[in-house]
Amino acid sequence: MSSIRTNPERLSVLDRPNSYIGKTVPRPNLDRLLQGRGSYVSDLELPRMAHVVFLRSPHAHAKIVNIDVAPAKQMSGVIAVVTGEELAAVITPWVGVLSHLKGLKSAPQSAIAVGRVCWQGEAVAAIVATSRAAAEDAAEHVAVQYEELEAATDMRTALDPATPIIHASLGDNLAFERIHEAGAVDQAFAESDAVVEADFVFGRHTGVTLEPRSVVASWNAAEARLTIHQGTQAPHMVQNIAALHLGLRDSQVRVVCKDVGGSFGIKVHIYADEMATYALAKMLRRPVKFVADRVESFNTDIHARDHRCKGKIGIKRDGTITAFEIDDLTGIGPYSMYPRTSAIEANQVVNLVGGPYSNKNYRARARVVFQNKNVMCQYRAVGHPIACSVTEGLVDLAALEIGMDPVEIRRRNLIADDAYPCTSPSGLRFEQLSHHASLTKIVEMMDYQALRSEQARLRKDGIFRGIGIASFIEVTNPSAAFYGVGGARISSQDGVAVRLDAQGSVICLTSITEQGQGSESLTAQIVGSVLGVSMDRVRVVLGDTDMTPYGGGTWASRGAGIGGEAALQATKVLRQNILDVAAAILQASPAELDIVNNVVVSASDGTPRIDLNELARIVYFRPDTLPPGIQPELMATRHFVPREYPFAFTNGVQAAWVEVDTDTGFVKLLRHWVVEDCGTIINPQLVDEQIRGGVVQGLGAALFEKCIYDDRGQLTNANMADYLVPMSGEMPDIDVGHVVSPTRESELGAKGAGEAGTAGAAAAVTNAVNDALTPFETIITEIPLTPQVILTALKKI
Amino acid sequence: MKASAFAYARATSVANALELLAVHGEKARVLSGGQSLIPAMNLRLVAPEVIVDIGGLAELRGIVIEGETLVIGALTRHADLLKSSDIVKCAPLLAAAVAHIAHPAIRNRGTIGGSLAQADPASELPACMLTLGASIVVRGPGGERRIAAEEFFRGIYETQLAPQDLLVAVELPVADSGSAHFFQEFARRHGDYAITGLAAQAVLEGDRFAALRLGYFAVGDRPVLAEAAGKLTGVTVTPALLAEASDALSDELDPHEDQQATPAMRRHLARILLTRCMASLLKRPDLQIGGVA
Repeated sequence: MSSIRTNPERLSVLDRPNSYIGKTVPRPNLDRLLQGRGSYVSDLELPRMAHVVFLRSPHAHAKIVNIDVAPAKQMSGVIAVVTGEELAAVITPWVGVLSHLKGLKSAPQSAIAVGRVCWQGEAVAAIVATSRAAAEDAAEHVAVQYEELEAATDMRTALDPATPIIHASLGDNLAFERIHEAGAVDQAFAESDAVVEADFVFGRHTGVTLEPRSVVASWNAAEARLTIHQGTQAPHMVQNIAALHLGLRDSQVRVVCKDVGGSFGIKVHIYADEMATYALAKMLRRPVKFVADRVESFNTDIHARDHRCKGKIGIKRDGTITAFEIDDLTGIGPYSMYPRTSAIEANQVVNLVGGPYSNKNYRARARVVFQNKNVMCQYRAVGHPIACSVTEGLVDLAALEIGMDPVEIRRRNLIADDAYPCTSPSGLRFEQLSHHASLTKIVEMMDYQALRSEQARLRKDGIFRGIGIASFIEVTNPSAAFYGVGGARISSQDGVAVRLDAQGSVICLTSITEQGQGSESLTAQIVGSVLGVSMDRVRVVLGDTDMTPYGGGTWASRGAGIGGEAALQATKVLRQNILDVAAAILQASPAELDIVNNVVVSASDGTPRIDLNELARIVYFRPDTLPPGIQPELMATRHFVPREYPFAFTNGVQAAWVEVDTDTGFVKLLRHWVVEDCGTIINPQLVDEQIRGGVVQGLGAALFEKCIYDDRGQLTNANMADYLVPMSGEMPDIDVGHVVSPTRESELGAKGAGEAGTAGAAAAVTNAVNDALTPFETIITEIPLTPQVILTALKKI
Repeated sequence: MKASAFAYARATSVANALELLAVHGEKARVLSGGQSLIPAMNLRLVAPEVIVDIGGLAELRGIVIEGETLVIGALTRHADLLKSSDIVKCAPLLAAAVAHIAHPAIRNRGTIGGSLAQADPASELPACMLTLGASIVVRGPGGERRIAAEEFFRGIYETQLAPQDLLVAVELPVADSGSAHFFQEFARRHGDYAITGLAAQAVLEGDRFAALRLGYFAVGDRPVLAEAAGKLTGVTVTPALLAEASDALSDELDPHEDQQATPAMRRHLARILLTRCMASLLKRPDLQIGGVA
């Protein structure tokens, strides 16, 4: 890793001796996970625990005429067979709308379908039995009589008068529309030397977490309290939603979230089958476990992307971009997801298109329509890959049109590094970005000119390689502007409590969560550095609404930036409290003291004065020996939320080097580069691996992943053989570099890094494939870039 | 998902396995490496009442050279084929093909007999059997019989095996020292089922083929031994002849459509494979440049 420190004058509590900040240190949870000692929901066995299996609709749209549960109820091991109507007595339906997304509408959704099913995979009955196998056996004996209804599946015709309206009460299939206009777009196009248009198509795909969605819900009738063990990114959100719809107070619901096997946004939502599991536990007064199998994961985990976006760019001969215009369409399934809604992705597309560039003329329309397919919602890098692919695809087309090098056109249009703070035409406020420093760095890392020479040389031998560049911006550290202002009870602030134990170690309770990205490690690194103790003395506790401070959790690239700052501030208070006590014991002034390597020392020369172990012993066991009037507080809590900027934008650039076999349509990824700027880097290895993991998910979208529906709304590839996730064999080496522009909104200065990789990878690959195919005069703007798509574009088939 | 309940019997000998199959007939399925059967059971796509596990039958395992014949026991695992020096020496095509079968975990469990009995038209080994002129050795109620590979595969997951039969071995002629082979497949990701593949074996005399067998897979409901090979045998291969043979190949193939490819794309890829095969076997890169497709 290499960094350009843009403000080296900024010294903070993090720049202390022995700081862990900016160092690759092993993650505290590695041994536990690698030795198979992780604690996942599916590992949990509780006394009297039952297993629920959901019978799911085979039809995309159908009336439920009758459900005969009698034979299933007679089967061995079956505890209950529950229909949607019965469960409705225990849990109320919900509507996935937020008030700040003006005009967004959706229909009430039930935990289990009542009267009608709206997508293939929607649950129609719950079978609860003593084992998963017994429940599956019984599910085969629940007879549902359906009357199939015409399905609305194609987003392009969803608004046609001839298309059936999925929810009659809503009047049409339009869930949300946003129109945005800035500058003088028509005039800008009129004054352009060229205007280029293209239609971009993005396949529907999903997150495919290694661990499927899992819940154990347990109702304690004596306490009138529900405990939910769930792999979730947002425990307090789950607590609030479960309580709201079960008629409980938040305090009657405890959510416990231990190890989670991947989330990527899949596990930040409230799913109908999870709600049904909570309700069943309350109804049956016993623990109920639901673990989605792989087929139902494909059919019910949220899907994402699936956009068709018309794009238009105006360009002058000197390379100046004059305007962007887009018209985006996306189909979200039959309901807007709860509670974050399914309008966010399209809204993000409108926000982000053109974002890296200084152009001021921008027109956008986004329409979100209902359809009889699985629900769509926020998945890693929400909207970013669409916006980036459209923007960067258009920029490359413009460059091609005027015969300018793709790097040069970006140099001429990216917002200057000294132009901040500034505001984008869509109204986004940027605090400090580093597009030019990033571009310069990536050009250097990849040796751009050498690759261009190699490309030209190989082309003579019939080998077609291409270079693709994609600049991007990323939304991180969201404030209440994301959900809270729209009425969602989703916290944007996070809290951390730190406590010195009786032997001088630290217990740290944080409201952010860990799903593999390293929240536990970064928290321990911050606490250890700020306090002056070694990391092995810091124990981090996450994921328990009874224990941790209240907070949002880990999503939208917010854990390090928001939860990390709360940890920093809480630890500063604890440190001061410790120094106050130490000063009293040592008859010194707190300012003369410091804590280094678990010992209170003289700040001036580092002479050891008192071990934290000894200080804790005195405080906890011999407080009688302290001077009168001293009441030590060896626990401190602080919360944090960004207030000045709604989002801490980050930026970066990606580059792809690919080879296209023009005989077969296969694309080989040869190498991939990323330079990104997430501000302060707490753990370089964690950041780099976040970037690489994100890139791989973006490459999956570019080449492989797609949920393939037939025109009757049947998902036809709901398994790991036919739904192609990216595998290591096809992945290129991914080089990661950094530019560092810390945010001044926090002392930590960290912005998010979780989604940068996914944001730009597909755009870089698509641009590279088109670059490789330049001699064939064909442009492809559809992903995934399958051999079939490429051979068709090359007119080989 | 969990498999439906089933009875399980671990066969103690081939005779015992045949007895069990004779008793249970179509209600039984033979468990070998389990790499196709177990996932299908877990998805409840199949629900056999009885599983006859032949995994303990050492007599079905192993690779033996008997004169001019290579005998491979049905329980020989893909990983064993891959590391066998006898396979490299006597059937190098197989060694090349096995590297394309799925992933190490699957190759460590999956068996040659299981793969052939499963008869997935997109899998590698059935096509290799056609190309190499294998005999499939089957034991059933009427004793042992040998079925030519060309007769053995009848359709998707369909073979000449009756429910009471057990595939015990395959027999292959030991490759001539002067023979050459070519194996290539197009799959979206390494280890996936092929979109189209070719297993070819040839005997060269000077710049001509004395013999040429082209076993295509994933181009129809069963592996296909392309008759177009005849056009390329015993003559000097020119670009024009190759184009003619490619057209003949397109005509004789009847590929299916699936999520990966249309029939037209499969025909196209089959032609590309033929061109690359000719260029490789004849060491004639000129045949590939500006190819026939």
